[in-house]
Amino acid sequence: MHELPVTESILEIAIRHAEAAGATKVSDIHLVIGQLSSIVDDSVQFYWDIVSDGTIAKGAKLHFRRLPARMYCRDCEQEYSPVEGSLFCPDCGGANVKILSGDEFRVEAIEIDTEGAPENARG
Amino acid sequence: MKSRVSVEEQILSANDRIASENRALLDGHAVLGLNLMASPGAGKTSLIEHTIRGLSGKANLAVIDGDIATSIDADRAAKAGALAFQINTGGECHLDAVMLQGALSKMDISSVQLLIVENVGNLICPASFQLGTHRSVLIASVPEGDDKPYKYPGMYRGVDALVINKVDLLPHVEFDMDYFQKGVEILNSGLVTFQVSCRSGEGLDDWLAWVLNEIEAHQQA
Repeated sequence: MHELPVTESILEIAIRHAEAAGATKVSDIHLVIGQLSSIVDDSVQFYWDIVSDGTIAKGAKLHFRRLPARMYCRDCEQEYSPVEGSLFCPDCGGANVKILSGDEFRVEAIEIDTEGAPENARG
Repeated sequence: MKSRVSVEEQILSANDRIASENRALLDGHAVLGLNLMASPGAGKTSLIEHTIRGLSGKANLAVIDGDIATSIDADRAAKAGALAFQINTGGECHLDAVMLQGALSKMDISSVQLLIVENVGNLICPASFQLGTHRSVLIASVPEGDDKPYKYPGMYRGVDALVINKVDLLPHVEFDMDYFQKGVEILNSGLVTFQVSCRSGEGLDDWLAWVLNEIEAHQQA
């Protein structure tokens, strides 16, 4: 279970970028997580509510965009997305494959409020 | 005013930065760093003891042991003849680059050629945290079962060598080596693999030769 340090890292990144942009509040955080990255969404959200308390990112909503893994079968010479539970080639069932992507694990963007503008200027 | 700020930053970038500093420190002393990972009881400390003794007179070793509690492993490494340091993570299930940096700051590695970092016994979390070591080695052990590559793909993908320990138990337990190795092949094609028994000593010569070769290559790099 490494969701706590992961959550702390997300908070540090979000606050650093928010302050650089002059934010008074962080409302949303967009994360991109590949299928092969092990992270439990609910657990991160649970820790988030604790670690973000007292910061400008308190109460921010976390959005998890999950990207499917991409694989390549050398025998069939074609790409595929593995189905849940098996990385084998869905066509030949073989193991002569390689993983092309699926490790994504990044903060993509944050949504912030900045001071000085009227509420109705949101957009 | 509400606005969207593009970030595009790796979540563990802070850890990765410290890992780079650790790497630079090791390189500055021409020390090869090896991150040894496995589930609890796979034989990490036993393999380390054999490695220390097997390389005696050929390389000076330092060992950093990560455990939730106790200094049992570091004591064993020290008894076998290595410079040993114990990190107690206090509950954390893996080592991270900051913990390793703290340990390195308390050690004199100037006469060391090989640093083995014995990670916390766990097949999940250690795979996500770079330490700054040069090579990652996984120990699988026969009694764990032949399905582990399928169940812990992240761990099997990220390593540079695999040691299959306790092969002396193969006649006594259900372990399909072909099925196991097929799972490894999917995740890490062509992975350097050693079949050993720390109990009988079988296969350890090949492992020691690989480690020595890696040390020598690193010294020349």
